[in-house]
Amino acid sequence: MNRRTWIPRLQLLPTWLVLGLFFLAPMFIMLGISFREKGPAGTIRPVENVKQYVAQGKFLHNYRESIDPIYAGVYWRSLWVAVATTAICLLVGYPVAYYIAIVANPRRKNLLLAMVAIPFWTSFLVRMGAWKLILGTQGVLNTMLGGVGMSPLDLLYTPGAVLTGLVYGELPFMILPLYASLEKMDRSLLEAAADLGAGARQRFRRVTIPQTMPGIVAGVILVFIPAAGQFVVSDILGGSKGALVGNIIQEGFQRNKPLKSAIAFELTLVVGLMLAAYGWYVRSRKAEG
Amino acid sequence: MKAEGRNNRGVGKGGAAALRSVAGLVYLFLYAPILVLVIYSFNRSVQTAKWLGFTPRWYAQVLRDHELIESARNSLLIAAVTTLTATAVGTLAGLALARLGEKRGAATKGLLYLPIVIPEIVVGAALFTFFVSLQWELGFWTIVAAHVSFSVSYVAIVVRARLAGFDRTLEEAARDLGAGPAGVFWRVKFPLMLPGIVAGALLVFTLSIDDYVITSFVAGVKTLPLLIYAKLKINATPETNAISTLLLAVTIAMIAVAQWLLRKR
Repeated sequence: MNRRTWIPRLQLLPTWLVLGLFFLAPMFIMLGISFREKGPAGTIRPVENVKQYVAQGKFLHNYRESIDPIYAGVYWRSLWVAVATTAICLLVGYPVAYYIAIVANPRRKNLLLAMVAIPFWTSFLVRMGAWKLILGTQGVLNTMLGGVGMSPLDLLYTPGAVLTGLVYGELPFMILPLYASLEKMDRSLLEAAADLGAGARQRFRRVTIPQTMPGIVAGVILVFIPAAGQFVVSDILGGSKGALVGNIIQEGFQRNKPLKSAIAFELTLVVGLMLAAYGWYVRSRKAEG
Repeated sequence: MKAEGRNNRGVGKGGAAALRSVAGLVYLFLYAPILVLVIYSFNRSVQTAKWLGFTPRWYAQVLRDHELIESARNSLLIAAVTTLTATAVGTLAGLALARLGEKRGAATKGLLYLPIVIPEIVVGAALFTFFVSLQWELGFWTIVAAHVSFSVSYVAIVVRARLAGFDRTLEEAARDLGAGPAGVFWRVKFPLMLPGIVAGALLVFTLSIDDYVITSFVAGVKTLPLLIYAKLKINATPETNAISTLLLAVTIAMIAVAQWLLRKR
């Protein structure tokens, strides 16, 4: 350790202490518990003979139980909800980002961007509460329907309500990276393509999309990960029938810590694999130049 | 008809109009629910969303709700302690990372990204397991510990980014002009870092005061999001709308103050 680096290393000490104690240690303890068996009343059964425990494959007990077909429906629904949220955010977010970056008056760009970001600064729960107010049986939409003589619809506690809430919450995370990549795009290539006779659709598919791919990939990652792991939106807007992986981990965590920990680590693994793929994508793109 | 030939926007007039209307609809989608919430917080009706006339009564009720005031006080205290701690720890980390460079700072950078990318529910469950295993009683300080640990990263990253464009020659010039190490830091480097520190602190405050997921696992005292969640689970009442509107007003005021502070620099 030389003189030039001991000050910065000392400056990093509080960070390692805080994150070591309140992040790394908890994660390792939970990982350890995911290999144990549950005892009565939320306890963890002690392991008498470690060698035997490992040799008999008992340490994977929770991971085996977590892939039991009874959970298949929940995993499938979680995947479907996360994919649909991401797809809708991309389809809706791309035109908006395009409008702000390229079509709108440059003087109004900052205002338009800030208006996308402001909802992120306001309470997430408050925004979900707003949707409950709108979609409820006696909510704003149904009251309006009743006003024109139509019977109320079951809008709340449906997959549609969960999707609406998720898209509403995650849309800014799609628009902002898309905007950044559209802003950087080399637009003279669009001109060149037009000069060479490419139509609007062809220019979009062969010039705009490839050039903004980094923004698309970043937006997809930023939306998919929180959508896959959340339980708040499905709990408030989805009701009891709409449980997702997040709800399975959260509900009664205390009663069966080993199994729920195993499911939590499986979720982490999925997220980790996605991020690894993203890292690989960024590196390969850099290598191409 | 040269528009098509020199088009570098990728869309024609019709396309631009279509994009404008899509953007308009999306802004409507983003803001209509918030507007509806604010309007209905003044609605006289209790059970339904039928408009029965204006009343400030829910706000009066909110201000008399002791449980609510208690949890708001807890939330503010937790956010204040978290912001001070995480900003101090994170600023030091950001400074160090800017100094150490890519290779020597890689491990710390990896550590800092983990709490951001791992789903909140996993972090919350892990902290709960940790506190229970150590038989730490869940209370005020377990919430603060959890909040500090998930927000240090944001400050460190923002401060580090702010220093990325830092011109070393400024430091050298100050030294040549006779400034000591403390003078160089406080009169050259710190003013450059300050907007990053303020932005980081603001982010931490917002994250802390709004956090439900992690807090729900480690809370021993009631916070505002926990209370709002409990109320929302049952039903969206005019009172919850009033609480939400007040919270919105506070957030918007905070953003405005921060903008103003940063602009003056």
